[in-house]
Amino acid sequence: MLYLDKVNYIYQKGTAMEMPALHDVSIEIRDGEFIGIIGHTGSGKSTLIQHLNGLVRPTGGNIYYNGRDIWDEDFSRKELRTKVGLVFQYPEYQLFETTVEKDVEFGPSNMKLPKLEVQLRAFEALKTVGIGEDLYDVSPFDLSGGQKRRVAIAGVLAMKPEVIVLDEPTAGLDPCGRDEILEAIDHIREERKITVVLVSHSMEDVARFVDRLIVMDHGCVRFDGPTKEVFQNYEELEKIGLAAPQVTYLTAALIKRGIPLPGIATTVEEAREMLKAVTGVK
Amino acid sequence: MIKASKLAYEYIRRDEEGNVEGIVRAIDGIDLDIKKGDFVAILGHNGSGKSTVAKEINAILEPTEGVLFVNGFDTSKEENIWNIRQSAGMVFQNPDNQLVASVVEEDVAFGPENLGVPTDDIIKRVAFALEKVGMTAYRTSSPNHLSGGQKQRIAIAGILAMKPKCIVLDEPTAMLDPNGRKEVIATIHELNKKEGITILLITHYMDEVVDCDKVIVMDNGKIVMHGTPREIFSRPEEVKKHKLDLPQATELAYELRKDGLDLPEGVLSVNEFVDAFVSEYGKK
Amino acid sequence: MLRDITLGQYYPSQSVIHRLDPRVKLTATLLFIVSMFLFHTFVGYIIAGICLATVIIISKVPFKFMMKGLKTIWFLLIFTMFFNIFLTSGTPVFQWRFITVTKEGLTTAAFMGLRLFFLIIGSSLMTLTTTPNQLTSGMETGLRWMKKIHVPVHEISMMMSIALRFIPILMEETDRIMKAQQARGADFEEGKFMDRIKALVPVFVPLFVSAFRRANELAMAMEARCYHGDEGRTSMKPLRYARRDGIAYLLLLLYIVVIVATDRVVLGLL
Repeated sequence: MLYLDKVNYIYQKGTAMEMPALHDVSIEIRDGEFIGIIGHTGSGKSTLIQHLNGLVRPTGGNIYYNGRDIWDEDFSRKELRTKVGLVFQYPEYQLFETTVEKDVEFGPSNMKLPKLEVQLRAFEALKTVGIGEDLYDVSPFDLSGGQKRRVAIAGVLAMKPEVIVLDEPTAGLDPCGRDEILEAIDHIREERKITVVLVSHSMEDVARFVDRLIVMDHGCVRFDGPTKEVFQNYEELEKIGLAAPQVTYLTAALIKRGIPLPGIATTVEEAREMLKAVTGVK
Repeated sequence: MIKASKLAYEYIRRDEEGNVEGIVRAIDGIDLDIKKGDFVAILGHNGSGKSTVAKEINAILEPTEGVLFVNGFDTSKEENIWNIRQSAGMVFQNPDNQLVASVVEEDVAFGPENLGVPTDDIIKRVAFALEKVGMTAYRTSSPNHLSGGQKQRIAIAGILAMKPKCIVLDEPTAMLDPNGRKEVIATIHELNKKEGITILLITHYMDEVVDCDKVIVMDNGKIVMHGTPREIFSRPEEVKKHKLDLPQATELAYELRKDGLDLPEGVLSVNEFVDAFVSEYGKK
Repeated sequence: MLRDITLGQYYPSQSVIHRLDPRVKLTATLLFIVSMFLFHTFVGYIIAGICLATVIIISKVPFKFMMKGLKTIWFLLIFTMFFNIFLTSGTPVFQWRFITVTKEGLTTAAFMGLRLFFLIIGSSLMTLTTTPNQLTSGMETGLRWMKKIHVPVHEISMMMSIALRFIPILMEETDRIMKAQQARGADFEEGKFMDRIKALVPVFVPLFVSAFRRANELAMAMEARCYHGDEGRTSMKPLRYARRDGIAYLLLLLYIVVIVATDRVVLGLL
């Protein structure tokens, strides 16, 4: 549904401060996929996702949404933004309304929908992210960090996008808040069956959730494939300043020490099953 | 270095009209005894009271009950404030919101300037502090051009230039990427080992506390667990109950022990796990 | 990127002018501006022009950078000259229907134009050769005497330096919030004037909230680093006059004397 064809982006093109941010990035995002994007700070992943909903115009290459070039004269990027929902990093800093409900309604009301529909969508979205009715009339500024962030996600979700892109949704939260967010994302997947793109620093989270992993480095796509396959390259990932989950190293080290495992693991659950099997414990 | 006895802090929560809604006991009678040169971690989820402890130690907040001594100074006495803040420097979470100057070396000089240190000495201290955090090359840069981890190291240098005996870091890595986190943690370990500075690291990342001397777990304003990292990690169920995470190696060992595998308690790292597993189940 | 915006328009170089004490440059700029009103003949303009050109050459700042400062006031310059040419009475040199151009008009216009031109070039020369930080500390030290009349000099300069650090950060934040609201369907480009103003509410509310949060945290961090006003405060880079600064002051004095003296002489001759 979203297709990036050799997208290039250069910051401040034509000035002395020119800086390449993306180089020949070609990615296809299909319906219903759960994709993770990893890369260290400055690898171009934030720039990349701002291309997906037309917030940034590529300096080279094309982006197609359902077969149409999003930078065509008669293509409405405003509408595209309701189809490709983008949740920025630290999204709680975009909250501005007096109540939680009103803030979530901002997105759908910009779509000029009837009042009732707007309200309905806000309710549904808040329910999906697990914000109870008792908080609808509370000021968003009085919520906890995890709650604020879920409200902000609901604000994007209320536009009923077909793709939702989340830029490091768990950054800066404690384990509790992080689990709340990940649970909410899981809910979104379950209830809406939409495509989810998750940008993350946490390899553990990525390994646990996403099916496909894209690794960015210096503005290029380094790896793109099923999560487990990508983590097979943990040594190369390390070279570009990234890491694999701890259990990946753990299982790799065990293999090196002669324990006959079928391969590396990416989640604790998987490692546990492997080790149980190899020791013969039921 | 830091000694607290029955320390408590309460604040009054008010609603929009300013009516009293209730009294919140952010810290509820804690005892602390941190020795010189220790590397202590305080763990806890948000709202567990761990940041309030940091603010108490820096005399930003005054104790409601109990006493707190920092480097021998009573924090409830107004006249001790500057001595306390000089001896127990504080690094905050947001790297942007604690740097004052738009040139790195001028920011590092900010603390000593406030203390009235003579110019020649400031220059020496700034050079020393920047060298200790490995940021000498960025002396004349603007903080705006640095990464999060680098900015936090500048913040640490800014404290270091005040020649403190102790540094309190309040979730210094929460807003950083994995590389930034590594840089900052490595820096403070180095300061602890080479300069003998007492470190109090407040965090919610379990993997950062593995190399500490002592771990304190807080929940609901109280100290609920304390001991060496190994002691803490040997009680995974309790750790989880206080809404904290375990490093994957620890978690895996714990799960496998439950499954009946013969692995030691309180596994801290990948290497420990691998050694233990191979010696038990490897080819004899 | 927005973080690269520098306030003022410093042009880095290692010239003597760059290395002068900021207090000297502040005083010089002030005196140069005053001197513009001390002479009445073209000889004064020639001297001022020569001096200015010399300083520019020494400063190694390309003239094209100087001209950038003029861009914004081009209109003002032409506007003043235009009015002076046509609205000054005196001996006519050119007449067409109701339009009269007088000799006096032409001279005043030329002088006014030159004066404005010199003013702008003179002050941009200061901002081009002095970093905002130096300027701030120059003002703090140079205006310290004003504390006696209860002007909070230290506080003002502290505010200025904090602003220098945080304006780029807030600019970037504005950019991010705007994008985040655009991602929620906000439209900043279309609609009537009032709609556009209204569309900014979702940008300004979060921006203010964030600015206050930052201010709060910064204040706490500053206190934690023992900040308590300028009482007993020292400085890593205290401003100390060097020999070149003394020479600069002397040259400045010489300039004023020469300007006033020649002006008197020329006026006497005419």
